[in-house]
Amino acid sequence: MKNKLIMVSLLVAVAMPGMASEAQPTATNVALEKRVMALAEELRCLVCQNQTIADSNAPLAIDLKNQVREKLAAGMSERDIIDYMVARYGDFVLYRPPVKATTMLLWFGPPLLLMLGLWLFLRTVLRRRAGAMAPLSAAEQTRAHALLDDKENGRP
Amino acid sequence: MMPDETPQQASRWAGARFALPLGAFLALAILLGVGLGLNPREVPSPLVGKSAPHFELPQLHRTGENFSEKDMRGKVWMLNVWASWCAACREEHPVLVALAKSGALPIVGLNYKDKREDGIAWLARFGDPYQLSAYDEKGKVGIDYGVYGVPETYVIDKQGVIRYKRIGIVTPDIVKNKILPMVSELNREK
Repeated sequence: MKNKLIMVSLLVAVAMPGMASEAQPTATNVALEKRVMALAEELRCLVCQNQTIADSNAPLAIDLKNQVREKLAAGMSERDIIDYMVARYGDFVLYRPPVKATTMLLWFGPPLLLMLGLWLFLRTVLRRRAGAMAPLSAAEQTRAHALLDDKENGRP
Repeated sequence: MMPDETPQQASRWAGARFALPLGAFLALAILLGVGLGLNPREVPSPLVGKSAPHFELPQLHRTGENFSEKDMRGKVWMLNVWASWCAACREEHPVLVALAKSGALPIVGLNYKDKREDGIAWLARFGDPYQLSAYDEKGKVGIDYGVYGVPETYVIDKQGVIRYKRIGIVTPDIVKNKILPMVSELNREK
């Protein structure tokens, strides 16, 4: 029994530093961290351009996350921080670019192309359907006859 | 085929039927071809035309003394962001050394997220084109200047306005065709 107690206390003592190494997050910390991550999801990592800074572990992404954390803690709003980033890195830093004159094609190009494709597709289908039913014109009729006659007569 | 079309008209239609997709394909191919040639790292900087962000940093060599962009008021100067860990900076370095030797404009270095002794050793080894280097250990000034890929280079006018930004290596071609003409023009401004 005594031995067991010593064992357990030894184990606890060994495990202690592991537990202590990470600071216990306080309630405000958790809330702040949530806001930091939410904002980080909106910001593009400029080093690894198809990732947000939330996803990236590039040194610059970590710096920017720290910057976001610092500024949020200092009482800046999300909007202020977005503006701060855009002032330095341009609209490109936004993972969802704003709708502006220069980004019209980016936003509306794909739906436009889709609509164009649908229109072409429908037009082709309808036309083909109508074409199958349409009677031959007089000129086509004579041409068809001529061709058929040729074949029947065995001429090339 | 329309009921009253002649065979000639019909063949013209067939021609268009080939020409249209072919044209669309060529247009797309050209668009994508041009897109492939662009460098995605060259993001247009919103800082050009704006005042250089204010900073005050200790110098790399003279640790007790600070440097601020305000110290350069009234001069056309170049701010070059570099680091000893940056391979591209080594490639760029001889160009800056030559530019500094020509005396066209003062060059100030911003030693970015480096170890002080590494930065000093690097300059001792490869030559020091900088009038001085400011030491941005944490990269905070870098963020203010929108730095994301070292080396980056700024040309700042007498009023402290950023007039040019280069992301990536400054080549001899850029110096000759872009920077030098710009500097002589900026020097004529008040």
